[in-house]
Amino acid sequence: MANAAGSGGKSAARLKRRNETKMIMRQPIMLVAILAVIVLLLLFVVYPLVKVLLFSLTDETGAFSLATAAEIFSTSRYLKTFGRTMLLGVIVAVIATFIGYVFAYTITRTNVPCKGFLKTIATLPILSPPFILCLSIIFLFGRQGLITNGLLHITDNDVYGMGSLIVVQVLSFFPIAYMTLSGILSSIDASVEDAACNMGASRWHTFWTVTFPLSLPGIISGCLLVFIQSLEDFSNPATIGGDFTTLSVEVYQIITGSYDMQKGSVLALLMLVPTMVAYLLNKYWVNKKSFVTVTGKPTQARKLIDEAHIKWPLFIFCMLVAAVIILFYGTVVFGSFVKTWGYDYTLTLDQYSRALQQGWDSLRNSIVLGLVAALIGGLLGMVIAYITAKRDYYGKRFIEVSSVLMFAVPGTVLGIAYILAFNTGFLVLTGTATILVIVFVFRNMPVAIESGTTTLLQIDNSIEEASTILGAGSGYSFRRISLPMLRNAFFSGLVYSFVKAITAVSAIIFLVSPRWDLVTSKIYTLFDQAKYSQAAAFVTMMVIILLVFIGIFNGLINLLLAPRSRVPKGAGIHEKTEETK
Amino acid sequence: MSKQMETSTLGHKSSGVVLKDITKIFQQPDTGKDFVAVDHINLNIQDGEMVTLLGPSGCGKTTTLRMISGFEYPTSGSVFIGERDVAKIPPNKRGISMVFQSYALFPHLNIWENVAYGLKVAKASQEEVVRRTNAVMELMQLTGMERRFPNQLSGGQQQRVALARAVVIEPSVLLFDEPLSNLDAKLRESMRDELRALQKRLGITSLYVTHDQSEAMAISDRVVIMKDGVICQQGSPTEIYEQPNSRFVANFIGKANFIDGTFRGMDGQAALVEVGGHTFPIPAPGKMEGVQKDGPCCLTVRPESILLSAEEGPLPGVISRATYYGAKVEYEVMLGDQPIIVEVYNPQLSKRFAEGDQVHMTLIDRCVRVLA
Repeated sequence: MANAAGSGGKSAARLKRRNETKMIMRQPIMLVAILAVIVLLLLFVVYPLVKVLLFSLTDETGAFSLATAAEIFSTSRYLKTFGRTMLLGVIVAVIATFIGYVFAYTITRTNVPCKGFLKTIATLPILSPPFILCLSIIFLFGRQGLITNGLLHITDNDVYGMGSLIVVQVLSFFPIAYMTLSGILSSIDASVEDAACNMGASRWHTFWTVTFPLSLPGIISGCLLVFIQSLEDFSNPATIGGDFTTLSVEVYQIITGSYDMQKGSVLALLMLVPTMVAYLLNKYWVNKKSFVTVTGKPTQARKLIDEAHIKWPLFIFCMLVAAVIILFYGTVVFGSFVKTWGYDYTLTLDQYSRALQQGWDSLRNSIVLGLVAALIGGLLGMVIAYITAKRDYYGKRFIEVSSVLMFAVPGTVLGIAYILAFNTGFLVLTGTATILVIVFVFRNMPVAIESGTTTLLQIDNSIEEASTILGAGSGYSFRRISLPMLRNAFFSGLVYSFVKAITAVSAIIFLVSPRWDLVTSKIYTLFDQAKYSQAAAFVTMMVIILLVFIGIFNGLINLLLAPRSRVPKGAGIHEKTEETK
Repeated sequence: MSKQMETSTLGHKSSGVVLKDITKIFQQPDTGKDFVAVDHINLNIQDGEMVTLLGPSGCGKTTTLRMISGFEYPTSGSVFIGERDVAKIPPNKRGISMVFQSYALFPHLNIWENVAYGLKVAKASQEEVVRRTNAVMELMQLTGMERRFPNQLSGGQQQRVALARAVVIEPSVLLFDEPLSNLDAKLRESMRDELRALQKRLGITSLYVTHDQSEAMAISDRVVIMKDGVICQQGSPTEIYEQPNSRFVANFIGKANFIDGTFRGMDGQAALVEVGGHTFPIPAPGKMEGVQKDGPCCLTVRPESILLSAEEGPLPGVISRATYYGAKVEYEVMLGDQPIIVEVYNPQLSKRFAEGDQVHMTLIDRCVRVLA
């Protein structure tokens, strides 16, 4: 019986899809938009990924071959690298999620001071440019380190390696766990915990029997997300890892060192598989397990924990983390102003003038290409959200899946895929600015799509119907009703996309060219030359640029999106007007 | 002014609505089977009339409304607005207006822009937009709120804006889709009266969908009761309450007691019904559709039409529950094993009974109807 109903449901869904497909065939603008999106996704998402897959599984003649794969799996060096990468990912995921949880719990559940400050500290690293933490750990603990050398007079401290990498990755990625967990923790209905408390459970007992189990999906989700980040991270292991080579660094060395594209792409696939598994686990399994239901009903305010023995230890822990983060950031800013780190701490602007002399072009490229990509990605994201949110037709599922696929693909894999796809063949793009823009667009667009879709799904159907019944055609309704309501989603996609484009490293490291260099790859070469202070100047400038542009975007949003309440002249004037009838 | 009206699509003459034999069949999303939501309905709404579609959820009332609005197309049958068959006319060209259950105010537009929306769509002149919007805003007591946004208004105010937005284009027909169901009880009553006053004043043909029977009684010229996609009964609120044609209608509108009996024939105007060995003459039995001589029938009597006495009356019973409501006391009296609901108004003036008391019931015979 249940089976019969199930299969009937499927056929009804099919019927609905067929009907809607027919309806869309009659809307030329819609049809063109859908077809254009499908072509773009095939070309810039599916084609490069298929290419990298085929390339790693064929020999020079194009015949199917597992030779390279077999070689890699029989080389202990690569297996060790794989093992190291996984181990690092797991360690970082656990520690970062723990810190994220403490922050989230302290902020949502206890009555501690300086909550605004703690929130900022716990979200700031997401916006931070790459290399900052690596620079400061070198400044503080390196051979010329302020702490190792300056305070403790250790001259041969090896800062490079797993320990530093764990510290740097944990501090970089715990905000991701924090954001996931604070969302989950604050959406747990306060009355559930109150109920446990009412029945006589202690705070400790309430936490372990109610709060913790309810937030478990969030914890797993946080771990998986951090694991993915650690796995695809290139900038940190490349600069601070030393002999502790991870997959992304290995791939980079093989491709830039020995020009062995095939070995590189097989290793890249090795990176892709665990990332994809973690991504899919998080998206389909963890999210389904979530107990938290958002009713939208305001429940009574949560009573925050005020017991000293609970809140102060938590507060001190968070403050210590905050102190470390501030110390690290401050060190970099300070480092960008000194003459020679370790020897001569005279304050100077030399690093900036040298950086600008050599790197002004790359800085400008990053900003310009980032802006262009953010605009295109934001618009395309809105279009994709609009054509997928409330409709069903053949090919819709393809659009939905492929448009967010690049989000889950490690940057290194993406870079290789783009080289393989667009270096030769019918579309040659390598060495151009176009390929950088395209990478940014397709990698960062999912956030815009997500927020656009959420917005559209929240709009009650009756709002569009109200517009229709008042006489508006579908074009007028879209312009005056749907589009204005998408503006916020568009801007949030835009900001995210811009920040990610400016700070991208792994995805662009293979794609930059002498003509089109970007600031992040410029900084990376400075690391190679051990010009840390100049790198610090660059990174500091990037922080300022990001803050300025986010400020500008926010200003624009306020200017453009603030509800302007305008009424024409003569509206609402009290006078005896004739009645409507 | 009249010239302007001719060129713009605004200022539709109010007109009647005729539904001719309309049927709507949906495919159920979960099973894929056909589901008849509306089953061969005929309905004639006069120009300027306020008609309410009343029924339990799933009875097809909203579907009927949406077929008039044009958001659903009938599987068969036709809809006429005025003289026009609107089969091929999309919703935005039908010259009608609708007030939605969720109000569906445009959240990004202020109140003035919300109300003026329909006029701007119709490309009315700026002068006309301002004049007519102002007039409606004043009529709905919204003057002074022009610059506010929907989320800054109370539920009742939002309701007024929705109404203002719907009437400003002077639609030929105004549709209401359970517009008061989001308001609290007190506000609902006052909005209900306001809405009825406005409809009468503007004389707009209106169709109102609700599942709340007291709302339907209070605002309608005519109530149409639907169940399972068909119309059970239609008539003025008085007719519907006093002359229900079925147990369903009697029970859906207010409360009713049903006492099973046997129809023994007529005595002049009165019907003779035998209950528990006694034969009662019922002076105004109603139409008695489907009742046959010596066949089963039931006496239908409202709780307020039964008198209770400690000493005398033809129907003896025992009080099994007494609930005090202030304005009335509601008793449940066991007549044999059948519970009968009796309401006694002005409890301060009459004798109070307690649970377990022996009582005698007298039916006020002019208020009793005989149903199949």
